[in-house]
Amino acid sequence: MNGLIYLKDVVTLELDAEKCNGCMMCTIVCPHEVFLVEDRKARIQNKDLCMECGACELNCPEDAIHVKSGVGCASGIINGILRGTEPTCDCSEPGGSSCC
Amino acid sequence: MHGKATKKITCDTRKELHAVLNLQSVGNMDIRTTPTPIIGQIETTSGTVAVLSTTWRWKDIWGSIKIRWSVGRMNYSVTPGLYAVGSPDQNSKVFVTGNYKLSVDHLRRALSGMNAWILVLNTKGINVWCAAGKKTFGTDELVRKIKFLDLAKIVTHRKIIVPQLGATGVSAHKIKEQTGFTVIYGPVRAADIKDFVDSGLKATPVMRTITFPLVERLKLIPVDLFYAKYYLLIIPSLFFIIAGLNSKGYSVDLAISNGVHAVVNLFAAYLSGCALTPALLPWIPFRRFSLKGIIIGLLTGILLFLAGFLGSSFLELISWFLMIGGISSFMAMNFTGSSTFTSLSGVQKEMKTALPLQITFAGIGLIGWIISRFM
Repeated sequence: MNGLIYLKDVVTLELDAEKCNGCMMCTIVCPHEVFLVEDRKARIQNKDLCMECGACELNCPEDAIHVKSGVGCASGIINGILRGTEPTCDCSEPGGSSCC
Repeated sequence: MHGKATKKITCDTRKELHAVLNLQSVGNMDIRTTPTPIIGQIETTSGTVAVLSTTWRWKDIWGSIKIRWSVGRMNYSVTPGLYAVGSPDQNSKVFVTGNYKLSVDHLRRALSGMNAWILVLNTKGINVWCAAGKKTFGTDELVRKIKFLDLAKIVTHRKIIVPQLGATGVSAHKIKEQTGFTVIYGPVRAADIKDFVDSGLKATPVMRTITFPLVERLKLIPVDLFYAKYYLLIIPSLFFIIAGLNSKGYSVDLAISNGVHAVVNLFAAYLSGCALTPALLPWIPFRRFSLKGIIIGLLTGILLFLAGFLGSSFLELISWFLMIGGISSFMAMNFTGSSTFTSLSGVQKEMKTALPLQITFAGIGLIGWIISRFM
């Protein structure tokens, strides 16, 4: 991805390969080719490319993937701090700040 | 029940058609709708469905430019519900999208020459990816729409095509459990839909991967330019006023001569963080956006120094470097929200050290600059 890689060793992505049934859904939904399925078992090949979007966890029928998902958005995190909530971008509210 | 011949409609019947569509939609009815070009209608078991044009009018192009510049960006939506392109029947494919008008526009243009159904979910006028993150483009809304529109009667097959970036909100196996429909994830970019359909609904790894090329980064810059909103006027005005202070009292001449420099410096710092850094992103060293922003801020500061904009005293010079660095770094860090590859954990880690430093830099710089007025 032409030099666009974010911080090393921070991602919360975890895969329990024992539970994996090799359905390939994680490789289909991941926008950064983080997973690779070999011999009907998934493994994480590019962990630092993960952006914690959570698509793999949501689409894994065996519940083998866990990630603390959210939006990697600084103004969303600031919103969360100011409101005392989880990080949230307020794009959905008219007049809200302009992230994503 | 399906694919009857479409008929051209006039402006008068368009109003009526909108009313029919409004009856169909579920959820928030208070959203202002921006009509998409409707060129006909089809009767289905679930009511009248509007046929959308697959070309963009000048109005659509102009709209897409305006929203990039934050004009009416929060009200750029389409009424949720079922739409058609061409003359679809019970065998036609169903493409799902959100009700952000630009999402619908990209999809209908990509479906040019095809007969297909477009299922527009109520994402409160937000694009698919952001809405999926909030789960408004999500399993519950998709199930609700499939059941409400009785999609199982409109098409005989049991497949729906969901954009891959919607997978953050949609659980394919839960959709199958709750509706019987199999979710097929389509490509990331609408422009690849034709190839995806031609290859028998198979997305290649390239179609599935999100990139962040220069042209995409440039498109997102204008939105960030307005990040500070009315502060963009207030803060430069305050600098103008403060610039007139000196040990002898107040000088309007000084306010004008120094004030212009101060305002140029501030905007240069802002732009180096929210325009220059995003544009040059992959070529600036370091992975942290805040560090990338500091580097570009430093270069901007050097240019301003060479142009003689950073003042005469050493204190003023240092103060400006601190302020420019802090502002540029903060604005660059803010671009993490627009980028396609930053994680929440990463941004949190970055901010923990960067945010206090940015505030300190800008704060000390401001105090130093005010003190330098009296020296």
